Amino acid sequence: MSQSSLGHESSWLLADTPRNAFQAKCQRIYIGWLAFKGNPIAMFGLAIVLFLCFVALFAPWIAGGDGTTQDLANRLAPPSAEHWFGTDELGRDIFARIVWGSRVTLYIIFLVSIIVMPIGLIIGTTAGLLGGVVDATLMRITDIFLAFPRLILALAFVAVLGPGLENAVLAIALTTWSPYARLARAETLTLRNSEYIMAAQIMGASRIRILFAHIMPMCLSSTIVRLTLDMAGIILTAAGLGFLGLGAQPPLAEWGAMIASGRDYLLDQWWVPTIPGIAILVVSLGFNLLGDGLRDVLDPRSSGGH
Amino acid sequence: MTDSSTAQSSVDFRPYLDVARKIGGGIFMLILTFIGLTAITFIIGRIMPNDPVVAIVGDRASKEVYDAMYLQLGLDKPIWQQYLIFLGDILRGDFGSSVMTGQPVLEDIKRFFPATLELATIATVVGMIIGIPAGVLAAVRQGTLIDHVVRVVGLLGHSIPIFWLGMVALLVFYAKLDWVAGPGRIDFFYDGIVDPVTGVIMIDAAIAGEWDVFHNALSHVILPASMLAIYSLAYIARMTRSFMLDQLNQEYVLTARVKGLREGTVIWYHAFRNVLVQLITIIGLTYASLLEGSVLTETVFAWPGIGQYITNSLFNADMNAVIGGTLVVGISFVFINMLSDMLYRIVDPRAK
Repeated sequence: MSQSSLGHESSWLLADTPRNAFQAKCQRIYIGWLAFKGNPIAMFGLAIVLFLCFVALFAPWIAGGDGTTQDLANRLAPPSAEHWFGTDELGRDIFARIVWGSRVTLYIIFLVSIIVMPIGLIIGTTAGLLGGVVDATLMRITDIFLAFPRLILALAFVAVLGPGLENAVLAIALTTWSPYARLARAETLTLRNSEYIMAAQIMGASRIRILFAHIMPMCLSSTIVRLTLDMAGIILTAAGLGFLGLGAQPPLAEWGAMIASGRDYLLDQWWVPTIPGIAILVVSLGFNLLGDGLRDVLDPRSSGGH
Repeated sequence: MTDSSTAQSSVDFRPYLDVARKIGGGIFMLILTFIGLTAITFIIGRIMPNDPVVAIVGDRASKEVYDAMYLQLGLDKPIWQQYLIFLGDILRGDFGSSVMTGQPVLEDIKRFFPATLELATIATVVGMIIGIPAGVLAAVRQGTLIDHVVRVVGLLGHSIPIFWLGMVALLVFYAKLDWVAGPGRIDFFYDGIVDPVTGVIMIDAAIAGEWDVFHNALSHVILPASMLAIYSLAYIARMTRSFMLDQLNQEYVLTARVKGLREGTVIWYHAFRNVLVQLITIIGLTYASLLEGSVLTETVFAWPGIGQYITNSLFNADMNAVIGGTLVVGISFVFINMLSDMLYRIVDPRAK
């Protein structure tokens, strides 16, 4: 390399021979981002997800109030300049409740992610790294969970734990972790015999250190992609449990529960149950588009390419 | 190399042995999963409620009644023994009685399950009939309008809350347009005219020659089945497209084209045959997930299936019914998945 690598920012990011691991990593992310940026559908998905985060973050300023203010004199009002999405059976502003509901949705996403990813990663990488009896046992358990019907089991869990948002999330997480364990195991098997792991072993790193410091970080990206793709299903399951009255409890503005309570007004006040459904649709569509795009970037083969 | 003289004189058993091994492995996994499923439902039903005795006799029962029930439930025995008793009861088909209906849970399930099977079967068949050609067409005409339509429908079908769509569909097609019948399986007026032979009203009506009943039942089933079909169609079309694209990029397809075969032959005879094998698993998976996914649809359409039975029992704290229903759906789910997986392994020689 005769050229100076301190030139333009993108020349550092696109240099043929990275100088160190950090530059190589940045390059991979940047090139991935360039490919992702070229995919308008995926960018649209990203925009929806970012918009959801924005709305959830600034809910008090966007909606005003806390979405539970009742105005019984003004119940079931149609959409107007004052109430963009109309009001519900207790005169609450539906727009405000949708905005506050985005926080509930993000909360569900956050909780499921922090339960499912560690369980899947630890079980999968442990099985892959140790092999033998441990691997066989852990993978049979994973297969058993993989074969379970998700919604029905979540229903039964909630039946025992009692209805509530956290219990619904716990039930979903307990029936969702198994594909992540399979994924992490498969990645670990390909990494296990690579040279950098051997180098770490020779330098005397313990198995636990190798597991947490050298293998798990490498499995993270595929796990995140898979989680993004699954997120729509998770949101729909949570909304379904809320719709059945087993998830979030009133007066919490959860979109599924809002559909359920608006059901009786479908005939004459269509906006009451319809608008929360559209909100669920938009958000889960956003995650599906984003996940599809991420997969295209990170694993071009599986999606069939362009 | 094995001795070739014996292989020549007698039939080569190795392929059969291989199939037998695959079936054996499948059955082993099925049994393991069954044990896991029963263990989990056992934990849910027997251990997690604070006090199963109080749940049955109430908290104002006398000490004698309480103790009698305690012994009757076998709660004095060790946990593993309780589980084995539970397992034995299930294998004999004894799920206990439902508090809500006052009947054995198994009888209830026999009454409710056909309705769910009916919905799931229709939805899967519709999904296959539309989804497979759509997926193949999208792959063959990649990048054209039809491809984009299939992709968008595929994504929408996976993003829409089906229970919400069902509500909107009821509003439009039943309340406003009056094209189809409303909630339920059949109008009250037609209820009980035909004897339940199969449990599926349409088939029973056709057997009895009661075409009015048949039409009414059909008019009831169209909407809920369509809702579930949207899900199955989306999934099947999406997977068919991606499998087909994989095949079309293979060299044997190029070879077939170079040889001058007609495009139709290349697509349907060469490429699609390989896709079909992969689709077995996908269709099995769809059918199984519709069995459990019908829970929400059944609630919206007041469809008297197993999903509605479970949710109704749930709200009445009818634990035997919840556990029984969960187990039956779970076992069907596991069984269908394992069956399609095993079929795939047998049909596809590449599978290990």
